[in-house]
Amino acid sequence: MADSRDIAISAQDINKIFNPGSDEEVVALQDINLEIEAGEFISLIGPSGCGKSTLMRLIGDLLQPSSGELLVNGKSPRQSRLDRDYGMVFQAATLYEWRSVTKNVQLPLEVMGYAGDERQQRAQAMLDMVELGAFAKHFPWQLSGGMQQRVSIARALAFDPSVLLMDEPFGALDEFTRERMNLQLLKIWNQTGKTIIFVTHSISEAVFLSNRIVVMSPRPGRITEIVDNTLPYPRDFNTRSDPAYIQLVARVRDLLRDAIGSGAANDGEAE
Amino acid sequence: MAQAGASAAASPRGRLGYYFPTLAIAVGVILAWEILVLAFDIQQFLLPKPSAIFSEFMHQVSLWLAPGERSILFESSGATFWEAFGGFIIGCGGGVLVALITSRWTIVSEATMPFAIAANSVPIIAFAPIMNNWFGITNPASKMAIVAIIVFFPTMINTVRGLTLVDASQLELMRSYAAAPRDILLKLRIPNALPYMFSAFRVASALSLIGAVVAEFFGGPRATLGVYITQEASAFDFAKAWTAIMMASIIGISFYLVVLYVERRLMPWHASLRDSG
Repeated sequence: MADSRDIAISAQDINKIFNPGSDEEVVALQDINLEIEAGEFISLIGPSGCGKSTLMRLIGDLLQPSSGELLVNGKSPRQSRLDRDYGMVFQAATLYEWRSVTKNVQLPLEVMGYAGDERQQRAQAMLDMVELGAFAKHFPWQLSGGMQQRVSIARALAFDPSVLLMDEPFGALDEFTRERMNLQLLKIWNQTGKTIIFVTHSISEAVFLSNRIVVMSPRPGRITEIVDNTLPYPRDFNTRSDPAYIQLVARVRDLLRDAIGSGAANDGEAE
Repeated sequence: MAQAGASAAASPRGRLGYYFPTLAIAVGVILAWEILVLAFDIQQFLLPKPSAIFSEFMHQVSLWLAPGERSILFESSGATFWEAFGGFIIGCGGGVLVALITSRWTIVSEATMPFAIAANSVPIIAFAPIMNNWFGITNPASKMAIVAIIVFFPTMINTVRGLTLVDASQLELMRSYAAAPRDILLKLRIPNALPYMFSAFRVASALSLIGAVVAEFFGGPRATLGVYITQEASAFDFAKAWTAIMMASIIGISFYLVVLYVERRLMPWHASLRDSG
């Protein structure tokens, strides 16, 4: 990668072992080396157990690596978390059901001590961006799953964090809603220029969204290959019928098949 | 919030239709009671007719309203209500407070929970004679103490559960904001605990009246429902005893409904979730 650009995230020789030394020891991540530039859209893809969520959680300081060096914006993940550099979106929208939509978006702003006026303005701006401006006073249970997830994206962006961590955010949505959400997310990325780490197990989603795809394999979780995706932005509905897109999907699928195959081979050796 | 109530009970007719089966059953049971007492010629001291209970009740109402007269029944109802209400406030308040304090330290709350659950299975009412000795048999504090102890444990147990059973992702979200413990408590744990607390309050509202009346069976001032019922029953004035039982029921149900109303006003999101799900 070109030196002139800012490095948002750099991981060197990261290992993560759960329950070390016990019978339930699991090597979740092994020898992870990854550099992500500021403003990149990175997808982490792999079968279950490949550690893609674990890697995201290490970056977000929800977990700590067993060894290796991890830097976010040149700081430790913990410092970055304390500096409020992370916006997080989970598979479930995790809205607080006792708060209206606007109050949910304002939650991080309240915690971070923003003034009331600014909270309202920012929440409204974020809701407008996810096209839910008219639903500010609604409660979460009055919204569909896709709308709830858009609220949670608005909430993650409300305090203008530099890194957006998304853990299978559209995994629970139907195919049509998911494709609409993908388009909207690209628009938001284009508008805000955030660094996005996007965990998914949908190949088409990963290829459609990101400029680089990190393919991972399970047991132990490793990076198999980092695929550059040179499909031009802006991408739209037609992108999915572009031969280059279809080729890339096929390539990632092959890589994943190999990844699962090698994981299975390791299982065989272990027994 | 306006949308929250816009379900089955939107129009007056819809509301009437919704409650009609319940009312029909109540009227039917009272009618059947009256007819059966007449048909089988049941002695009044065994089971008075609803009409006899009602006319005794109206007699007490006229005494209560007449200047210069006293209605022991209404005085008793008032006294017993205050015992139940006072005990409810002290016991529920104490339960919430202790839960808040112990849940601050996971170890403390985990260590105290088994005791709370065990204490919750103890028939607290058995302490009534002891409370009568401690506080004085005619002192309302002896009944309030029983009620407070009875409602304390379910309230504390439920509140601790509500404070600790928080969705892991919602906690991680707070962590990602680098939120202070105070914010996590006020903005996440306490709102999360509210439905648990109110389900305890609803149980406690019924328990508090039961506790007060039964505690009065062990002795108390003349003008309390428990004493009134025991005295009138032993004097074979069953219409009076039943009127007192009816008053106790009315107070108990009203108390429950008030708690339910407060719950729905305070947590429209929860009531609506429960109705739809």
